[in-house]
Amino acid sequence: MVDMAPSSSGVPNAAFGIGKGSLPWPIATFMSTLPLAPLEIAGNQVLRTALDCRPGMFSRLDVYSGKLFAIDPVDCPFVFLLEPRVENPSLRVRTSLDGVSWDARISAVMLVLLGLLDGTYDGDALFFTRDLVIEGDTAAVLALRNAIEDAELDPGLLLGAPNLAAPIVSGSIRRAANVMRRLLGAPTSAQVPVGTFP
Amino acid sequence: MELVCPAGTPSALRTAVDAGADAVYCGFRDETNARNFPGLNFTPQELAQGVAYAHDRGAKVLVAINTFARAGGTNLWHRAVAQAIEARADALILADLGLLAWASRAYPAQRLHLSVQAAAATPPAIRFYAERYGIKRVVLPRVLTVNEIAGIVAEIPCEAEVFAFGGLCVMTEGRCLLSSYATGESPNMNGVCSPAAHVDYRQEGTTLAARLGGFTIDRYSAGQPAAYPTLCKGTFMVDGKANHIFEEPTSLNVLEILPALKAAGVSALKIEGRQRGKAYLAAVVRQFRSALDALEAGRTLPASTLGALTEGGRETTGAYKKTWR
Repeated sequence: MVDMAPSSSGVPNAAFGIGKGSLPWPIATFMSTLPLAPLEIAGNQVLRTALDCRPGMFSRLDVYSGKLFAIDPVDCPFVFLLEPRVENPSLRVRTSLDGVSWDARISAVMLVLLGLLDGTYDGDALFFTRDLVIEGDTAAVLALRNAIEDAELDPGLLLGAPNLAAPIVSGSIRRAANVMRRLLGAPTSAQVPVGTFP
Repeated sequence: MELVCPAGTPSALRTAVDAGADAVYCGFRDETNARNFPGLNFTPQELAQGVAYAHDRGAKVLVAINTFARAGGTNLWHRAVAQAIEARADALILADLGLLAWASRAYPAQRLHLSVQAAAATPPAIRFYAERYGIKRVVLPRVLTVNEIAGIVAEIPCEAEVFAFGGLCVMTEGRCLLSSYATGESPNMNGVCSPAAHVDYRQEGTTLAARLGGFTIDRYSAGQPAAYPTLCKGTFMVDGKANHIFEEPTSLNVLEILPALKAAGVSALKIEGRQRGKAYLAAVVRQFRSALDALEAGRTLPASTLGALTEGGRETTGAYKKTWR
């Protein structure tokens, strides 16, 4: 485990607005006034839905399923702490990583992290262009990335849309996300070609 | 020319097939294949399902069992061969002489390809594998010019496959010891160069330091493109100057020389990158599918749009067009 203080990473948690595709600072400021509990509840609901649809998702992590991942949307006033245990995984939300001993940290702007979750982005290409920063246990990060890649986590699926409606929901969300990425200047060239997903 | 595409996961296999791959190559989740990364690769059940998916859509599946068997541990490699055949793999990609001998005796009807890990780069060497073990295709190392490839193809009794896009290895593959030197593990034996467990990235202010096995192998200033943490792409001090002495971070892309490769008699093009995600696969496979279809139809080839997926943000035709020899 790595004792983490945000100041030691070079990607400070409080550095909202860094990176291509950052959410506008008024949004980040507004989010900082909101309680974290609803976000944590929603995050856990998404996690449960994903595991209901893809029960074997975290088994691909093998020995790394017990690691603690700090997933850090650098343009948002919170971080996610994921423990992808095969049995009883957990997702917590914190305002910072102060005092948290994580095994691996994955940092990028929120739109990029969401794009990695649903396979819109290629992680290696984002790493080459420095739009994605990883620290700590590199093997654990790779295992998580590969597990998520294989799970094919469509947005519609994650939001619990019924089977028939899921592709429509996914398509709408992806189109909206692409518009936001374009407007905010997020990396576009590491994305899957338009039309690959429904 | 057949388009052979990577698949690190079942999802990647489906993506590659749907994007237009003629064949997909993959491996098992163990040290029998040269991309033994955490969370990657297939169980025997996943392979069987993947083969069925590919066959239903007219694509082939090639299974890479291309590391060198451990003394006292050959059963793992024999079992992998048996499981791949049971899954109805179209071909096995092997490198180890002993495994080739065993597989060709135990399964004489099974199509075998010679992995690039065997480093067979001369007609006599390739003929030996073809005559002795019946290999039907050789994957050539990435150190040959197009003319050299044409010369080899003219003198061998099997098909030739060459790398078309992705990682650019300039070493004698299957014999590279750089990773072993730094980590004690190698692609040849353990299936990984730069095993992820030995890789460490640290932010030092605005600089990103990449370390392998405790050695700092490169530092990237803010905004500078990063590379895979392999020693061959590291920066070394020579005569007081820091430089890439083996190779610079860049990706191979042969789009512009496809006609020359076809004229040289190449039978198959291999896309590298079993460790890459679906976004990479979909983009690269689609571009090469489109280019190969254009080539067959006599149309103008599309310009590359793959620059952003490349290592270091740069593309090269590598040794295929080298002018220094």
